[in-house]
Amino acid sequence: MSVDTAALPADHGAGHHDVHPVRKAAMWVFLGSECIFFGSMIATFLLYRNTTADGPTAREVFNVPFTSASSFVLLMSSLTMVLAHNAFERRDARQLRVWLTATAMLGATFLAGQIFEFTEFVHEGMTLRVSPFGSAFYMLTSFHGGHVAVGVMLLTAMLILSLSGRLYADRGLNVELVGLYWHFVDIVWIVIFTVVYLLQV
Amino acid sequence: MTGAIRSPGGRGVWAWLTTVDHKRIGLLYGVTAGVFFLVGGLEALLIRFQLAQPNGNVLSAEAYNQLFTMHGLTMVFLVVMPVAASFTNYFLPILVGARDVAFPRLNAFSYWLFLFAGLMVYSSFIVGGAPDGAWVGYAPLSTQITETVRMDFWAVGLNLLGVASIASSANFIATVFTMRAPGMTMLRMPVFAWMALVVAFLLIFSLPAVSIGLFQLLLDRNLGTLFYEAAAGADPLLWQHLFWVFGHPEVYVLVLPAMGIVSEILPVFSRKPLFGYPFVVFSGVAIGFIGFGVWSHHMFTSGMGPLAEVGFGVSTMIIAVPTGVKIFNWIGTIWGGRIRLATPMLFSLAFIAMFVIGGLSGVTHAVVPADTQQHDSYYVVAHFHYVLFGGAVFGYVAGVYYWFPKWTGRLLDETIGKWHFWLMLIGFNLTFAPMHILGLNGMPRRTYQYGAGLGWDTWNLVATVGAVVIFVSFVVFAWNIIRTHFLARGTLAGDDPWDGRTLEWTISSPPPVHNFDVVPVVHSLDDFWHRKYAEDEEGRPVAMPALIGADGDDHEPGADAIHMPSPSYYPALASFGLVVVGYGLVYLSWGWIATGIGLAITLWGFFGWSLEPITKEH
Repeated sequence: MSVDTAALPADHGAGHHDVHPVRKAAMWVFLGSECIFFGSMIATFLLYRNTTADGPTAREVFNVPFTSASSFVLLMSSLTMVLAHNAFERRDARQLRVWLTATAMLGATFLAGQIFEFTEFVHEGMTLRVSPFGSAFYMLTSFHGGHVAVGVMLLTAMLILSLSGRLYADRGLNVELVGLYWHFVDIVWIVIFTVVYLLQV
Repeated sequence: MTGAIRSPGGRGVWAWLTTVDHKRIGLLYGVTAGVFFLVGGLEALLIRFQLAQPNGNVLSAEAYNQLFTMHGLTMVFLVVMPVAASFTNYFLPILVGARDVAFPRLNAFSYWLFLFAGLMVYSSFIVGGAPDGAWVGYAPLSTQITETVRMDFWAVGLNLLGVASIASSANFIATVFTMRAPGMTMLRMPVFAWMALVVAFLLIFSLPAVSIGLFQLLLDRNLGTLFYEAAAGADPLLWQHLFWVFGHPEVYVLVLPAMGIVSEILPVFSRKPLFGYPFVVFSGVAIGFIGFGVWSHHMFTSGMGPLAEVGFGVSTMIIAVPTGVKIFNWIGTIWGGRIRLATPMLFSLAFIAMFVIGGLSGVTHAVVPADTQQHDSYYVVAHFHYVLFGGAVFGYVAGVYYWFPKWTGRLLDETIGKWHFWLMLIGFNLTFAPMHILGLNGMPRRTYQYGAGLGWDTWNLVATVGAVVIFVSFVVFAWNIIRTHFLARGTLAGDDPWDGRTLEWTISSPPPVHNFDVVPVVHSLDDFWHRKYAEDEEGRPVAMPALIGADGDDHEPGADAIHMPSPSYYPALASFGLVVVGYGLVYLSWGWIATGIGLAITLWGFFGWSLEPITKEH
């Protein structure tokens, strides 16, 4: 695996030699934008939290112990992401692959839990079309799930790159940026879990 | 510095398709916006022909709805925003002393996505009718008629354009924060660079809100969700909030870059520094912040209740203060200067005058009882055209006259320019000033016919005549550009035709690919001016001939290995994939295949892009 930045052309075309602040600045800006993206959906959910029309209410369908377990899984993936980044910084390819795999698996487990949960809810009569509450719930949680899925894909891509020895620190796809993204998606879930699940039952 | 500045990237169309040069991308934005401007202008002309006389029958009601919707959408998203992006792309890196934007390929991606999304929205004319629910697309009107795909095109197209804008905004912010030349502190940046930065932040934090609203509309229309279904207890007013919390900052997105351009032009043509530079900068920043707290003044008639109405009325009056500060600073800049009334200066002065009129009629909207009368009348149409045409468009045209020599090496003709200016100023006022009267006399917006004998006939005819004059003025403008550039009959400009103050005038016209042979070291605001002129005891500029054009001796050596990023077709590919996804979403009920194919293309583009070396081996 080659993560030796010193051996790579450092100049990315604009007279700057350290590429990381540039990428990190843009990533932070993008995450700021994502805050409004999720904030708008959370606002919609809060507006419609009691607008259940003929459908079931939050109290009737939510299974908080189950969702707590899957939330725990997702939060643990932040820990493994930190370990992966740490291994990357130490140029420890073996550890990096172990923790990347663990992070991706935990993310996939969370997604599986979400799919299971959605199936249960639909069986209990809460669908996209039954109430504004249902629409807002599914939009918010599935857009978050989509972000987790993108994260799992990025982690898998990095794993493959690492195995083929093409994971460079200066490319668009690097461990630090994916780590930032992954932690952000986890933090958003903490808000969603609190606002959507804990406060509604 | 000879040899490998940029690896070869093909010729002709392929070179433009794969370009990652911020200057070329800036020109692409500008030319594309120019074409959309022609289309949007023709739409406006058709609207005016329809309204020239009572009971007009140039257009059917259906066609009229499509045309005013597309006129608004085009002018906002496909003309003014990309024109601002064009200036920002071309000049932001140069003004802060960088060789390119932070992410050249992301920049190309933004452009191609803008182009493809614009074409996609316009393709709706061919496949069953264009969006017809106004550019604001109020629910539940926009969610109800689901048999046609018109508003789906609008929702998806706006979302794709939003992705392009967020990408370019992140790019500009990263450029300003991390790539300024040595000594270019934030408070030595030209005002235009500052305004571009504020605009980027406005877009970053406002677009996601409307994006969610657009997704909700799309889901309501295609998957049967109930976000805006009042019968199920939903609140369609949510749409107005999500739209305007984006839509009002958007107004500043459209006009702040023009204010930045005018703040560059006035000092140059008055031969004085900008009066109160920090005030101009920070009032721009203040507009950015307060701009997020005024959105509900678009909703005074929607029944929000007196508390919200008073709150937003007051915040709207407050935001007029930083705007007023800027206007006084511009007047202070001109005051006592040695004014040259060249075409860029004329347009800048008209910008100030027209913007003041639009700003004042805007303050009348802040007064809730007055606004209740003016709402959805032609008074509102008059107001926002004074701000966005009299303001923004005059500012951008000033920018074209000012920077054309930097783009092409030739000056636009002054005589033709003055014809253009006077025709445009007269035509503009003929068109939009009568609309104040029409609106106060009760003429409603977005209505395709009006009866005779309501007292609206004369002013409507005047407005239509004015619209034709505006059109003629832009024909003159186009001729000026063709004559100067394509027929090469314009005067050669040299590096610094206006005796400028900022870094773009230190380099050749047009600039070299890498902008600066040696990255400049900046010592003050208006650095280039201070390299040319000292001041006498009374503050008048005194030329320092010895230093003109000299590089100085304070540059760090060793900047001779310039590697510009290589051309890449992946950005265009990725954006093309996203537009295929867009078509899939428009025909959501059976478009999953297109969505899948589009996603695959996009991923191919993104991964190819992430993995290719930035600078290819030569």
